[in-house]
Amino acid sequence: MSEADVLRQEVLAPVADVGGPQQPLLAVRGLSKHFAVGGGLFGRGGVVRAVDDVNFSVDKGEVLGIVGESGCGKSTTARLIIGLIAPDKGEITLDGEPVGPALTLRELRRRVQMVFQDSYASLNPRLTIEETIAFGPKVHGIAPAVARARAHELLRKVGLDPSLFADRYPHELSGGQRQRINIARALALAPRLVILDEAVSALDKSVEAQVLNLLLDLKEELGLTYVFISHDLNVVRFISDRVIVMYLGEVVESGPVEALWTDARHPYTRALLAAMPSLDADHRTQEAPISGDPPNPIDPPSGCRFHTRCAFAEPVCSAEAPRLMPTGNERHAAACHMVDPASGHSRAPVASPEIQHAI
Amino acid sequence: MSVNPLSAPIVDIRDLHVRFSGERTVNALNGVDIALAQGEVLGLLGESGSGKSVTLKALLRLLPPRRTTITGSMHVAGQDVLSMDDEALENYRGGVVSMIFQEPMLALDPVYSIGDQIAEGVVRHKGVSWAQGRARALEMLEGVRIPSARRRLDAYPHEMSGGMLQRAMIALALSCSPKVLLADEPTTALDATVQIQILLLLRELQREMGMAVIFVTHDIGVAIEISDRVAVMYGGRIVETGKLRDVVKNPQHPYTRGLLASTIHGAKRGVRLETIPGAPPRLDRLPPGCSFAPRCGLADAACSQGEILAVPLGPQRNVRCIKLATNIAVPVGV
Repeated sequence: MSEADVLRQEVLAPVADVGGPQQPLLAVRGLSKHFAVGGGLFGRGGVVRAVDDVNFSVDKGEVLGIVGESGCGKSTTARLIIGLIAPDKGEITLDGEPVGPALTLRELRRRVQMVFQDSYASLNPRLTIEETIAFGPKVHGIAPAVARARAHELLRKVGLDPSLFADRYPHELSGGQRQRINIARALALAPRLVILDEAVSALDKSVEAQVLNLLLDLKEELGLTYVFISHDLNVVRFISDRVIVMYLGEVVESGPVEALWTDARHPYTRALLAAMPSLDADHRTQEAPISGDPPNPIDPPSGCRFHTRCAFAEPVCSAEAPRLMPTGNERHAAACHMVDPASGHSRAPVASPEIQHAI
Repeated sequence: MSVNPLSAPIVDIRDLHVRFSGERTVNALNGVDIALAQGEVLGLLGESGSGKSVTLKALLRLLPPRRTTITGSMHVAGQDVLSMDDEALENYRGGVVSMIFQEPMLALDPVYSIGDQIAEGVVRHKGVSWAQGRARALEMLEGVRIPSARRRLDAYPHEMSGGMLQRAMIALALSCSPKVLLADEPTTALDATVQIQILLLLRELQREMGMAVIFVTHDIGVAIEISDRVAVMYGGRIVETGKLRDVVKNPQHPYTRGLLASTIHGAKRGVRLETIPGAPPRLDRLPPGCSFAPRCGLADAACSQGEILAVPLGPQRNVRCIKLATNIAVPVGV
């Protein structure tokens, strides 16, 4: 085997598995990112607690959905995982390997890639499609001819004919085609984890379905793991195995998708689900599940951050922040005083010995 | 398409064509007919480039006159919209027909308070005093359920959240009691829990004020929540229209069927979605005949020849397709 072949095999094949199927591909512990805002000329500044002590893990081959409204910290979480911004606190581990000084950005990019919402803004308008996709492999030392062949292979994988598309520029393509290019580019270095941040939100409905099918096929074929961020609960339900729900920088509930849809425990999750437009013309929504807008993430409410909009709020809710507690369903947890027998909330379950034991 | 003969429509659009010229010629609308009764809510459903926003802008004469060629006819409340001069347009916009937009932050003026912006319109259209205009502004802000409305009168757009701004824009649009409200994806930029609040508010205000509404959206769920009747647009034409229930439960046009089948609502997890192949057509290169034909599984040579006429299936129910089972024996193009 020539030196080039060795390099090709090393760079264009996924990084080898380390911990086996039991070890999560991604583990996030105590992740926090705060942004200072204001200050300067116009008086006092504040701190946006964009992501605050967030914990979750993603198994190998799993799709983890992250849902929440604007300002809940879902995109900041994505940017932290892929190293676009540095966390203030917390650790991120990829298949047992801590992300940090030991794992260079270059090595991190071989393991994690991202697809963004705006398909046009995330492509370089001066590069042809082929150059765009081949760019990453070239940076990683692959010979231009090999990188080009790789680009063509990926174009075919995402359903675009290389002979028609390789030499085109982003502005010559439709939104759906551009998002396919972004997916192809994300796959060019054979990552194990792909973060999809509202990747189908800007697409027309008929095209969105095509891209979702493509994502399912690629996951199957390449053994990928996805973190799928979206505000659209229908899409999240369709593609995810597990879901975490975020509100003002915190995880308020997490669990398998069916448990969340049929047995949501956090009032915010229930409100989100109830806020989806009805699809039955005979049974339209009659009442909004919650009123008002999400509060400003600068100086969020005390205690449970949702208590200002919650119909069940009691004094304990503004005094004390609830922790994520197991609900009794497998891998299902919610951060609500109504789930915690010890909280003193009038709707909390009566503590049973087994549950206390389990905690 | 024939107009509902039972009552004179408040909005009567016939054979509307809109063409933009410039570097390329874009045929944005290619024969749109809409007859809207007083107090009716029409959901205009379509993907980007289908012509739904252009229809609304044409109705308010907001399209750039130099580059736009409009043919056909538009009448609102008996007035001929296409023949209005500047002065008539000023009275018409906001007074007879009013519009709310997707981005309230861009639609409202950042340097005037919410109260002043509403009062200005009321003073101009109703000829009342400034104090009366401000009183009307307060009444409107309360009407759209803005908490502590009196304080919000003097707030500037940047001081309000997205949901509150959208409420303020609705208050502004309705302050002169227009007969017709045009809504261009007014909930698309909002969070889910806020979207449903705005939809319910619009439904309530529409009933109270008895106005007609044309509500543009790409989201079938939103259309179901708000509409009495829906019109599905594709390639600058209405390809199917009918009562909400009829269209949603019994879609006839292959595009409507595909659109309903490909929505993720209630799709089974991990099972491939049914999709419409291809992408919406470019309006500067519309295929002849039915513009959906290149993506349609039923299409044959006849679909790409001549104009495809709307086939009436019942009162206010039309489908623009020559492949309908009900239509096979009927000669087309007559």
